[in-house]
Order: sequence, then C-alpha cells, then structure tokens
Amino acid sequence: MNTLPENHYLNARRGLKSWLFTLDHKRIGILYLYGIIGAFFIGGVLALLVRLELFGPGRDIMDAKTYNQFFTLHGAVMIFLFIIPSIPAALGNFLLPQMIGAKDVAFPRLNLASWYIYITGAVFALYSIHSGGVDTGWTFYTPYSTETTTSVISMTLGIFILGFSSIFTGLNFIVTIHKMRSPGQTWYKLPLFVWALYATAIIQVLATPVLGITLLLLILERAFGIGIFDPAMGGDPVLYQHFFWFYSHPAVYIMILPGMGIISELISVFSRKKIFGYKAIAFSSLAIAFVSFLVWGHHMFTSGQSEIAATIFSFLTFLVGIPSGIKVFNWLATMYKGRISFDTPMLYGLSFLFLFTIGGLTGIFLGALAVDVHLHDTYFVVAHFHYVMMGGTVMAFLGGIHFWWPKMWGRMFSSFWSTVAWAIVFVGFNMTFFTQFILGSRGMPRRYYNYLDQYQPLHAFSSVGSLVLAVGFIIMGIYLVHSLFRGKPAGNNPWGALTFEWQSTSPPPTENFVKPPKLTHGPYDFDKISPERTFP
Amino acid sequence: MDTTGTIFLTPGGSTIAGEVDSLFYFLVYASIAMFGIVLAGLVYFGLRYRRRQTDADTPTSGRAHNLKLELLWSIIPTILVVIVFIWGFRIYIKMHVVPHEAMEVKVTGQKWFWSFDYPQGASTVNELVVPVSKPIKLLMSSKDVIHSFFVPDFRIKMDVLPNRYTITWFEATRTGNFDLFCAEFCGDGHSDMIGKVRVVGEREFSEWLEAGLSGGEGMTPEDFGARLYVSKACNTCHSIDGRSLVGPTFKGAFGTRRVLEDGGEVTIDENYIRESILEPQAKVSAGFQPVMPTYQGLLNSREIDALVVYIKSLK
Repeated sequence: MNTLPENHYLNARRGLKSWLFTLDHKRIGILYLYGIIGAFFIGGVLALLVRLELFGPGRDIMDAKTYNQFFTLHGAVMIFLFIIPSIPAALGNFLLPQMIGAKDVAFPRLNLASWYIYITGAVFALYSIHSGGVDTGWTFYTPYSTETTTSVISMTLGIFILGFSSIFTGLNFIVTIHKMRSPGQTWYKLPLFVWALYATAIIQVLATPVLGITLLLLILERAFGIGIFDPAMGGDPVLYQHFFWFYSHPAVYIMILPGMGIISELISVFSRKKIFGYKAIAFSSLAIAFVSFLVWGHHMFTSGQSEIAATIFSFLTFLVGIPSGIKVFNWLATMYKGRISFDTPMLYGLSFLFLFTIGGLTGIFLGALAVDVHLHDTYFVVAHFHYVMMGGTVMAFLGGIHFWWPKMWGRMFSSFWSTVAWAIVFVGFNMTFFTQFILGSRGMPRRYYNYLDQYQPLHAFSSVGSLVLAVGFIIMGIYLVHSLFRGKPAGNNPWGALTFEWQSTSPPPTENFVKPPKLTHGPYDFDKISPERTFP
Repeated sequence: MDTTGTIFLTPGGSTIAGEVDSLFYFLVYASIAMFGIVLAGLVYFGLRYRRRQTDADTPTSGRAHNLKLELLWSIIPTILVVIVFIWGFRIYIKMHVVPHEAMEVKVTGQKWFWSFDYPQGASTVNELVVPVSKPIKLLMSSKDVIHSFFVPDFRIKMDVLPNRYTITWFEATRTGNFDLFCAEFCGDGHSDMIGKVRVVGEREFSEWLEAGLSGGEGMTPEDFGARLYVSKACNTCHSIDGRSLVGPTFKGAFGTRRVLEDGGEVTIDENYIRESILEPQAKVSAGFQPVMPTYQGLLNSREIDALVVYIKSLK
C-alpha cells in the first residue's frame, strides 16, 4: 500500500501568501493550471451557447449582436487564455526542471512575473465583456475592427499583455534547457517533451512580438485615427492580414508542438517500448518551428494577394506537413512489438493519433490552392482547426493531465470513470466536428448567425454532439476533484516510466529531488530495463 | 435546393467546378487510404501487442530505426503532396485567367447586400442574373469593410476589398438559382448578406436586361414597391411582420411617431421615408445602430415613390 510522502511541495508552506509569492516552478505551474481551467470553462460555456443558437436557423436564444460577441470571445479566450499557455505554462512549468533533474527554472522570479502578467492580460481581455463585448472574430480583421463600436481596445490590449507572459515563459525555458540539465544529460538524452518545449519556446520568443506590434498598431489606429490598415485613412487592410498571420500561423505550432511532445512520452511509456526514431521526432519539431514562419500566406489565398505569393505559400505549406506526418508514423512504429496497456492517458494518446491524423489530412485539402478557394472561410476550416487544436492539442493536454496527475497531487483518479469520460468526449467530439466538414464542403460559411434551411439537420446534429462533449467534461471535472481528496496514493512511479520526474516522490519535495537524480539510462530505454508500476 | 451530388459536395454549376471536384475527391480517397493505414496500425498493434496478465515484465525490443521504412514514409507522402500542389496550382491559375470574351459585371459589396451593375446599364441588388455558358467577369469592390463573394455551387470565392478591385470569373454550365454568400465576417447582418445567382438562357437574359432597364411598367406602385423591397434588399434589415431585425420593422410604421437616437421625435411620413432612404444617418430611430448605407444612386425617384406607397400599405 502506497502512502503520501511526509513533506512535499504542496504542504511545505501553507496559506494563500505561500502560493501568491511562490517561486517554486511546480506551484507556478499549478497556478497556471487554475487560470487555464478557468479560461477553458468560460470558453466552453460560450461554445455551448453558440452551438445552441445554431441548433435551428434564425433566432433561437440570442440576437445576432450577442452571437457575434460570443463566437469572438469563444475564439479569443480559447486561443489566448487557454490553449497557448495550456501545455507549456502549466505542464511545462511543472515538469521541465524535474525532467532535466534541476531544482527550478533558470529565472524563478521571471516565471512568477509571467503568471501575474497572464492574469493581468486575462483581466483586460475579460473586461471587454463588461465594456460592451467584441464582435470582430478572434482575428480582428481591419477595417471592421477599426469601425466596430465594440470594445476592441480592451481585448487587444489584453492580448498584447498576454504576449509578454508567453515570451517570458519561452525565454525562461530556452535558458533552462541550455544551462540546467543534469550532468551527463546530453541533448539526445532529453525527453522528447523537453525538445518540443524547446522548439515551442523559440517560436514564442520570435513570433509573439510581431503580434504585439500588430495589435498595438491596431490600437493606435482606433484610438488616435492614425491610418495604417483602414483604407478610409489611407491604410491597407491586407497588410493587417499579413502581420496578423505572420504571428498566428507559427502560433498554431506553439499550440500543437508541446502536445506532440506529450504524445511521444505517452506512446512510449504505455507501449513499454523505446521510442521509434528519437532524432527524427526531435528534429522534426525544430523543422516545423522553422518552416512555420514561412507559410502564413495560406490563410490568404482568396484575399487578393498575388498568384505568385499564393503559389509559394501553398508549396511551403505542404512542406510543413511532411514532418508532422513522419511523427505520426514514428509513434505508430513505437507501438510495434510493445506491451500496450490502455490506461486513461494512453486512451487520450491514441485519440490524438486518430483525430490529429484527420486534422492533418484535411489540412492538405486547405493547402491545395484551388480546393481552398472553395473551402476557405467555411465550416470545413472550422472543423479542420478543431480537429488539430482540440483533437490534437486538447487531447494531448488531457492525456498529459491524467499522466502527471498522480505526480502533481500524489493521488490517483478513478480508472473506471476516467475511461467513461474519455469515451464520451471522443464520441461527442466527432459528432460535433466531423459534421462540420460536411457542412463546410457543402458551402456553409463560418461566423453565420443565421443560415439557409438546407444546413439545418447537420447543424442540429453538431449541436447535440457539443452537449455530449459537455457531459464528458463534467464527469471528468467530478472524478478529478474527487481524486484530490479521496484518490488512493499513487506511489512514485504509477505508470512505470523512465524519465527523471518519476524517480522522485509523488508529490515531489520543493527541491524536486531529495538527492540529485543519477542518469543511469535514457528516457525511453525500455529495451534495457522494465521499471515496476507502483500503482496496479 | 438540389439534393443530388454527394454527401460532401453539392452538384457543381460552373466550368471550373468539375475540375475542383476531381481534385477534392482525389484528396478524399488519398486521405481515406492514409487514414486507413494509421487506423489499421492502431487497431492491429493495439490488439496484437496489448499487455496480458500472463506477460512477463521483461524489457521489450529496442529496435528504434528502420531506414527503408523511414524513407518510405517520408518519400511517399512527399510525392503525394507535390502532386496535389501542382494539381491545385493549375486549377487556381485557370480561376485567375479571365477569358477575353467575358461579359463584365461590376459587383459592389456593402453592409449588408450586394449590388450588380451591368455594362448595358441595368443594375440589381442581391440577384446576379447571367446567361448560361457565357464567361462572366466580376470586377468587385467594397464600400465599407471586407466582404467575400462566395458561390458554393460554382466553387469560387474572392474577397471584396474597400481599397482595391478584385477579380474573379465563372461560366455557368446549367440554368437555375445558386446561393451567393458573403464569406468574410462583416458585422451584425453578415449572415443575411445572402444573394442569388440566377442563370438563365441567352434569350431570357436579353429579355430580362430590357425589362431591367425599364422597371415597373404595367405594375401598380404598391406591387412594384413590394418587388423592390425584396430586390433592393430592404428585407435584409427591415421586416414586414413586426420583428425587429438590424433596423426597425415596416409593419404599421407609417403615420406613427418615433423617438430618435438623439432624443428627438419624428412622425413617419412620406418625407421621412424618402430622407431615410437617401440619407439614412440623418434621423436614426432610437435603439438601432446607424449602419444603413445610402441608396442615393441605387434607386430612381419612381422607385422611391413605389417604396413609399408600399410602406404605407403595410398596416
């Protein structure tokens, strides 16, 4: 029978102040987790309201103005407050020092500052709900965003501030990975999650400033009438789109790369198998990070940009797809001749492979110039990015949360209920979003409050799916909270994994390790040793 | 709405649609094949190598490389995407090279309707009437924010910008009505910015052009007004059944007094209606946004007269 360790980071100091002024990367990771779960809840409720409104054509529960604000907020909250910080800032903060055998990140104070900046940005962004909402879509396309009477400045200022939080985390991680690895832990002995965080951090540091500048220019235009993007003042709206996507396309990889990192861990641990093609996976993350800067124009095939530009962007877009495909095959090959157990984290890992493959393949449709002309700005695009972002990143995030949950809290969740919730989420997700591929290829434009009757059955089906999805998440919330109090102690290494963090207690002490961990094997050497699971 | 076609695509209605659809279906089949490989691997490995109670907890195979396999799964997808790239590019270029003999129609997008001006002088709102089997060039611009001209059955889409012209073209292959959507978010009335492309035979088209140039002869002003209410897109924002849309309803409006946004009041009479059509921002009803565009130049005085008669008739 396992017991919790006597002293660990959660009980080392008590009281609200010990959390608000903590410099412990694990506690900061937990603080981020609270923020992110709050954002996911807000974004999720907005999504349900949007889907309910779309159940039938015309007015169901709200007017067009409210609907436009809700889908805008859903997008902005989910992207800037939830998915971008989700894996790096919550799980990355909690795990990175542990995975490299360090006591903390390189700059603990900067780390805490980034959380406060995140909260400040979130307050600005959410204040816009109170001050009249935003109805531009999360992309803030000009000149609409210059003209609309809604609260654009508060929202964009919020996102501008959030950008600094993202940059700080990225900087911190780059330095930590370079300088704080355990003796003997060379780059090729790092867990692939760390490689993924590294590639992500590079994009965060290089691309986020461009978004900051762009949104600042938009604020200048709105507040002081300085013409940059609005043709009425002598600006150019397509310039805005170039600036915006120069950040926002690489940002897609800020969202997905850390998810891929988690999948590498999950597939290897639960297949009890050495990861197939370690270097291919590690370097494909860097390749993706690099090429991701050169594909932004594929969001603009119908914007009036030149045919030559569109052609080059289309070609580069296909290039960035190849490394992602290689990763999928590597994960699959890892399972070959393994000893696969279907614990809940692995179920999410397998759903990632299933859903992300669909998301990736439908991306090929959108990269093909002529087909994109038809599909652009339809529900096909909506379905595609939900398969990549939710089917990919969120599934990986949930897999990671379940995987490291016993490490965070020392306690295990219900295996039965987590499997039930997983099944409901998987079914609900596909009901909601696969339908939208069909809606889109049949011509249903996105961001429509009202629609023609021929689209009604599919919309209704999709809305029902979103309710199924919600049921899954409610069950998940219940058993996870329950496990915090009643869960059985999990032991140091419940899944029998090989990375450093599992050599410490669950939960770990404030310094992460009682004595510095020794590097006796690589992170995936299941061909050499077979560590025992401390939880049946 | 035609319900033939396939589950994924409605039947095409333009010369380019067939080519786009061929590539689309190639992608569907190639994707099903690729997804099938991944799914088969997941299911087979999951069943074949699942952990059994009886398994000894010994180390597993350490093979983490297979050069042939890795080359195979890098090169085959690369070849496939290069094919898709070239294929998509070739059709895209066709979409952008307008045939010389094309008839040019000027398209204007504004919140929240489309207007079409023909070289012969006719103009319409929210209904683009074109002859079948003739290439039509659309020269497009916006009066306010970005819109996007999207006809799903023709598989064409092009953004409509306020500071430059954009061009697209199509050649319809069959007669009938085709939905026209705005595909770029443009505000409260975005999802009502729906028009129609009506494709007719050549004879019918020239008859329509002549009728379009005259307008309203042989109709009562009330009937003519009712037609204009729809054809000039008043119905996008003003209902005739009492519901408030983007703008106030027309039902029972005439003769009543109305509170204005600036606190003043006005009686809705012939002059107020006329003024509100030509200078919509002059006196805005309380509770509504000042978003209506001016119809100066879009309606002649006979048409305004007819609309006034029609609105009066809506008790």
